[in-house]
Amino acid sequence: MSEAEDGGPPARPFRVLPAVTPETEHFWTGGAEGELRFLRCKQCGHWIHPPAPVCPACLSREVAVAAASGRATVHTFTVNWQPWYPNLDPPYVVAIVELPEQPGLRLTTNIVGCAPDEVRIGMAVEVVFEEYDGVWLPLFRPVGGGAAEDPTEGPSGSEPHE
Amino acid sequence: MSREPGERAAVISGVGQSQVGRRIYRRPLDLTVEAALAAIDDAGLTRDDIDGLATYPGALAVPPGFSGVGVTEVQDALRLRLDWYAGGLELPGQLGSVANAVAAVATGLARHVLCFRTVWEASAQGDKGRAAVTPGGGGAGGGGSGGSGGFRASGAQQWTLPFGAPSAANWIGMMAQRHMHEFGTTREQLAQVALNGRANAAANPQAIYRDPLTLDDYLAARMVSTPLCLYDCDVPADGSTAVIVSAADAAGDLRKPPLRIEALGTALHGRPSWDQFDDLTTMALRDAAAMMWLRTDLTPADVDVAEVYDGFSFIALCWLEALGFCDHGEGGPYLEAGRPHRSGSLPLNTNGGQLSGGRLHGYGLLHEACLQLWGDAGERQVPGGPQVAVAAAGGGPLAACLLLTTS
Repeated sequence: MSEAEDGGPPARPFRVLPAVTPETEHFWTGGAEGELRFLRCKQCGHWIHPPAPVCPACLSREVAVAAASGRATVHTFTVNWQPWYPNLDPPYVVAIVELPEQPGLRLTTNIVGCAPDEVRIGMAVEVVFEEYDGVWLPLFRPVGGGAAEDPTEGPSGSEPHE
Repeated sequence: MSREPGERAAVISGVGQSQVGRRIYRRPLDLTVEAALAAIDDAGLTRDDIDGLATYPGALAVPPGFSGVGVTEVQDALRLRLDWYAGGLELPGQLGSVANAVAAVATGLARHVLCFRTVWEASAQGDKGRAAVTPGGGGAGGGGSGGSGGFRASGAQQWTLPFGAPSAANWIGMMAQRHMHEFGTTREQLAQVALNGRANAAANPQAIYRDPLTLDDYLAARMVSTPLCLYDCDVPADGSTAVIVSAADAAGDLRKPPLRIEALGTALHGRPSWDQFDDLTTMALRDAAAMMWLRTDLTPADVDVAEVYDGFSFIALCWLEALGFCDHGEGGPYLEAGRPHRSGSLPLNTNGGQLSGGRLHGYGLLHEACLQLWGDAGERQVPGGPQVAVAAAGGGPLAACLLLTTS
């Protein structure tokens, strides 16, 4: 799962890829421009994930694609030791990260760029994309490349919403 | 309550179970027929009395062994004349199919509904293990970035499969990790679910694993997805379980006093998602359990035996909290205090649960709750004549529970 350390081509683990549809294209291809994109309500600013054609907060149907900061904190995680797929070798970290843009706005992802035993709940992470066949998977790595911890553990720097 | 809850118009009149085992290589319809005929006989009914059919998750080709038998195969095999039927996946978990049957009986659409759940996951895996049935891998034609099968994840699966998280072991592992973070729950506490199950399985001839299990064995077991080790995960099994839901006013036609359905819980108030739900230390079972208690004057203190879903040990802990046997976050200390033992104040998963009894997917627990209330549990019968039992199944965004009483 980690990037190659010798500068050569990174090891390519097996990935089940998502079906890219008109509804999800912004999410799965935003990484081409380095952006973590979601739908967002144009009326109240609520972030909408998974994509839906209506704002769940104010029921406005005026929604548009917007880029999030790419920052997040580790809400919880697991170190997977089970070999589910050939060529996806454990151990690797599966995590649910929460974005500062909105409480409860979360993604299931992998934490890369550090050893599995360095991952902690509350750790500050940032998005890094891996591209496979036209899909940019949003993975997250510790901010600054180290195991920095966010003592507040919750979302921080949120902008007003609703 | 101003109006009698509708579920009290329905009762459970009989239960049946097929042979249960690992890799017994019997066809799922064969297992289902065995369980169905046993349940019909247990109720004192005949095939001609069955006018309703309900199942979870209906016929599915993948993942292999998860289903394989739907409404149509069973109706045809038994030539049932159905006034009502329903099979499907989008339900409040496995026991959502029983809730469907209760609703059908309470509204008069059917009088005797055969409910069933069949699994043959052990045979489907064969000797290849889990990888043989993993979605997007061996379980769905391969594909992905390294394969040629062309499988692409859609719907809810697209948010987990690309990240190497195809299993509830991963999703529940993350919930357990969060629970440990917030409440200080320990692996030694989680272990109590597994150890209790194994101790009870010793008295269940149908159970898969019956040899003694110690805390040292548990702590030495290989990790699957932290903090869950091998013994936190239930064991894939082959077997079918059937339950007959009948109209309460049919009691005179039955072989034995039926079990009352005091209250049902089927709610999902949070988001239907493994990662977007508001509180990942509990999820949908919080809502289902709360609903159930709103529909009865009974309280958790009235429950004599609890059969709660233990697809993973952590889910059982969550159910104990959600059902009010202890406070939210206190499941670890509650388990450690020994109350769930057969001689304790709340006997739990008396057939070994799914961890040691086998993954019969919720229905095995309901079956056991019924046996305990009827006094038919043999060597593992809880002493003192239990009169109130809870059967609860599901985890993550799926959950339903039933409060059952003797007549």
